[in-house]
Amino acid sequence: MKPAEAQIWDWLDAVPDPEIPVISVVDLGIVRGVAWDGDTLEVAVTPTYSGCPATGVISMDIETALHDRGIKDVRIKTQISPPWTTDWLSDKGRAKLVDYGIAPPRAAGGPDCCPRCKSTHVTRISQFGSTPCKAQWRCEECLEPFDYFKCI
Amino acid sequence: MADVTQEQLFEYLCRMGDNTLVLGHRVSEWCGHAPVLEEDIALANTALDLIGQTQMWLGLAGEVEGKGRTADDIAMLRDVWDFRNVLLVEQPNGDFGQTMLRQFLFDAWHLAMLQELSKSSHEQIAAIAAKAVKEVQYHVERSGETVIGLGDGTSESHKRMQDALNLLWPYVGEMFVSDAVDDAVAGAGIAPDLADLRAQFDAMVKPILGEATLIIPEGGFAHKGGKTGFQHSEHLGHLLTQMQWLQRAYPGASW
Repeated sequence: MKPAEAQIWDWLDAVPDPEIPVISVVDLGIVRGVAWDGDTLEVAVTPTYSGCPATGVISMDIETALHDRGIKDVRIKTQISPPWTTDWLSDKGRAKLVDYGIAPPRAAGGPDCCPRCKSTHVTRISQFGSTPCKAQWRCEECLEPFDYFKCI
Repeated sequence: MADVTQEQLFEYLCRMGDNTLVLGHRVSEWCGHAPVLEEDIALANTALDLIGQTQMWLGLAGEVEGKGRTADDIAMLRDVWDFRNVLLVEQPNGDFGQTMLRQFLFDAWHLAMLQELSKSSHEQIAAIAAKAVKEVQYHVERSGETVIGLGDGTSESHKRMQDALNLLWPYVGEMFVSDAVDDAVAGAGIAPDLADLRAQFDAMVKPILGEATLIIPEGGFAHKGGKTGFQHSEHLGHLLTQMQWLQRAYPGASW
């Protein structure tokens, strides 16, 4: 019997993002759909940034996870439209980012507070950061630098 | 709606993809050499976005061509005369200010172009543009701020930025000169009219250069020959020897 789609979503929610392993690929909003095509499971994945080097690893991790659950035929479909937006980040994912020390994206274009000490006295160091999806900020109270998940 | 030939569409996609490929490679040359760590990371991220966009443009070019060539084949196995990037993006990096000014001039054109292309009648082109435009908005925000910071900075940084503008401004015109390929894709509703794009470019660039206290050189002379492939500058060949050597020396190598 073929596993139900809800079951597959649960399994995918256990696949960590390779760069930010506290959130899953489902939290990140990059899994856009799962559907059976005969005995083949097609998983639609959208890249966060077009050049993100993690994209290939993510596809491989998804395939491996599903193979481990006994699904033999998995096809990863790259889907670029509509383009990924940080609005697709789950609430669970946003909360996990804060716990991990990464300020979640905000429409205002910057973090509302330091993810560690919660001070609102924060300044931008650079528009870019350690991965394409992040920028570097600093807290002026606890003086720690931190990552901010860019809002796009 | 006018017809566009497969060759014209392929040519147009190569222009888009070669611009991002060549500039992406140029910007990546800074990796490990930028003035401060944050700028090094920012430059590498910008290069990464551009290379990612290249994969989409040249991937689609290969599909349109229908000869089974992948984006990698097109990027790594053509020689200078087959490249269709504008001359601006193949110019050497110079100092950090010159690199950022080149980036700003390209970003401003790129943003206007992608905003129009996201409304393209060609579904795949519209999808690529809608994806890329979000990244490029970020690029132009940063390059514009840096141009202002350095132009309206110390006397030394101001002088260097004015020298860079004097050097690079004559390369701006080529981005807006249309030929039969541009007319065909514009006529088919695939791409915008380049003359209309110029107004958007000027509206974005002139206030920022003004704020940067930089003076746009007089005269309308434009270096041309890159996007038609008629005559690239000598710099492109040197760039390709770096970029392509692995595939040339070890055909089919992968990891």
